[in-house]
Amino acid sequence: MTDSAPVVELRNMHKSYDVGLPNETEVLHGIDLVLQRGDFCAVMGPSGSGKSTLLNLIGLLDHPTSGTIAISGQETTTLDDAAITRLRGHNIGFVFQYHHLLTAFTALENVMMPMLGEQEFANPAMTQRAAMLIDTVGLTPWRDRLVGQLSGGQEQRVAVARALAMQPALLLADEPTGNLDTKSADAVFNLLRKVNSDEGTTILFVTHNPLLAARCDRTIDVVDGRIVARPPQASTDSQKAQQR
Amino acid sequence: MKTAVAPTGAPTEPIPLATDAVPQPFARWLPFEWIVAIRFLREGRVQTAFIIGGVALGVAVIVFMSALITGLQSSLIERVLTGIPHIQLTPRKDIVRALRDTAAGIREGAVLQAPLQRLKGIDQWQSVLAQVGAMPEVVVASPAVAGSAVVVRGDVSRVIGLTGMIPDLYFRVVQLPGKIVKGSARLDGTDILIGTELATDLGIGVGDKLNVTGTSGTMTTLTITGIFDLGNKYVNERSTFMALRTAQTLMALPGGVTSIDITVHDVYAAEVIAQRIMSSASVEADSWITTNAQFFTAITAQTISMNAIRFFVGLSVAFGIASVLVVSVVQKSREIGILRAMGIARGQVLRIFLLQGGLLGLGGALAGSVLGFAGLTAWTQFTRADDGSSLFTLELSAGLFGWTLGLATLTGLVAAVIPALRAARLDPVVAING
Repeated sequence: MTDSAPVVELRNMHKSYDVGLPNETEVLHGIDLVLQRGDFCAVMGPSGSGKSTLLNLIGLLDHPTSGTIAISGQETTTLDDAAITRLRGHNIGFVFQYHHLLTAFTALENVMMPMLGEQEFANPAMTQRAAMLIDTVGLTPWRDRLVGQLSGGQEQRVAVARALAMQPALLLADEPTGNLDTKSADAVFNLLRKVNSDEGTTILFVTHNPLLAARCDRTIDVVDGRIVARPPQASTDSQKAQQR
Repeated sequence: MKTAVAPTGAPTEPIPLATDAVPQPFARWLPFEWIVAIRFLREGRVQTAFIIGGVALGVAVIVFMSALITGLQSSLIERVLTGIPHIQLTPRKDIVRALRDTAAGIREGAVLQAPLQRLKGIDQWQSVLAQVGAMPEVVVASPAVAGSAVVVRGDVSRVIGLTGMIPDLYFRVVQLPGKIVKGSARLDGTDILIGTELATDLGIGVGDKLNVTGTSGTMTTLTITGIFDLGNKYVNERSTFMALRTAQTLMALPGGVTSIDITVHDVYAAEVIAQRIMSSASVEADSWITTNAQFFTAITAQTISMNAIRFFVGLSVAFGIASVLVVSVVQKSREIGILRAMGIARGQVLRIFLLQGGLLGLGGALAGSVLGFAGLTAWTQFTRADDGSSLFTLELSAGLFGWTLGLATLTGLVAAVIPALRAARLDPVVAING
């Protein structure tokens, strides 16, 4: 893995379901995609077009039928499950439409989970980092509350903090604002924008909301399992600053 | 301390920022899998309480039944074995062999008549006694003369069985002094101990004289020094005890003995020890297991029944734990999926669910042991014999509790294997999407 390598590099990636069966269905047809460090890219497309499948493949939660996926320069198609799990844990953060927080734990504890899982035993540095991330997402007063006691927007912000716990190079957000009201959705988007600009974290952001997509640096459209070309967004530095 | 302005709805007191010391939410010595397993159990506390209750009931039944049946068996065996030796050595029986033409291998005398078994002593009994007495499994070996005799009082006569022995040794094999109801267990050359029924039949008591005629025709007059009750009417009618020399005289067996009675440390090993003695000495060796085959079969059947109960209770406990964990895996599949997405390995997920099974088993076993112990204590308080004494002694050993705890924990672990494997094998994409 090298720092100069693209964070995500997909080459001629295909994904089919029910391979070898009469009802075999190809949902992604030869996707090529490169995301560099610091990219903030929106993914748009109608339901069933393959957006979530694309995200699952980039997130190493699923395997392509053919083609290659490299994460931070590391080719992944030949790795075994343990190596993929490690690579995913260290390099990729996830935020889903539903937060999927562990309801038995507090907000702080949820953010600690990826670090605890990796290091096995808790330590003060881990706690401090989790507290700092909770602070970043503006939830310090709710830090020690069980996540079930938080509002939907707050839960999603905890999910963002958790996704950032391992300082990932790539953050995959699958409609993270889909279940939120406009105000909460805006807060979560601004949070992702801040992480992108402050940490240089590459963000792939699936959304149906064209207004939010317009605020990203780049948008790709997925239609019928293919990426449809779209001209780069004319976004000046001053406009970006305004958006943030 | 730095402070921040609280967002709407936040507490009004100063809010500590991340740079301040944050209390550690997790014990630093507790591994990740333990933390998650304990929290998952705590989160579903009603479900956890019910399954621990179920396991506890099962374990309580096992503890209660085990202590009860083991105590009952020990009591029964003790009662039976206080009246008989664990192993009895007797002379080899006379046998008749077919007459053969050894050269041709032809049987010439085809009709065989079983020989009469005349009263005879054990050959070289002193050396057999020394050999057996030196065995580490043997507690004591006592030589004896046993035979039949006739007692006469006035115009009443009775056929009796007599046992002549060395009291110091024999009383360690058969605890006769504890069965004496009148007089004492003293046995000098002219003394005899008789049973309660015989004493009633003959209308005699301690200090009375009794004429005893042996099978050899020798007659002697003995003084009754004690009357015993062995708890069996037939035995009390027929059994008598006297000194070894007196019996040798009555049986016309000077210096000889007809049996060597043995007590061993482990009553259940009696048959094996008997076989070993037979292979090394020229004697017949009968253990209490063969002479009381039906009783032993009953004890064995009871043990098998107890183990069957243990097995089926254990099985129901295992199914209970497994079903709860299967439900838990389904309930938590999204959380498992997100854990996997966060980089948690399959092995860690597997251990989280195995630990839950083990903890449910252990928790249930601890509660069940307490419940079982309470039940046993109540049992000893409320079940009494007519005379107020306890029916039998309950055996409450630390081993029983340790064994139960270990087995229940293991059962929990085994029961958790399938749910844990299901959890570990969950496809994160499928789990997250539900």
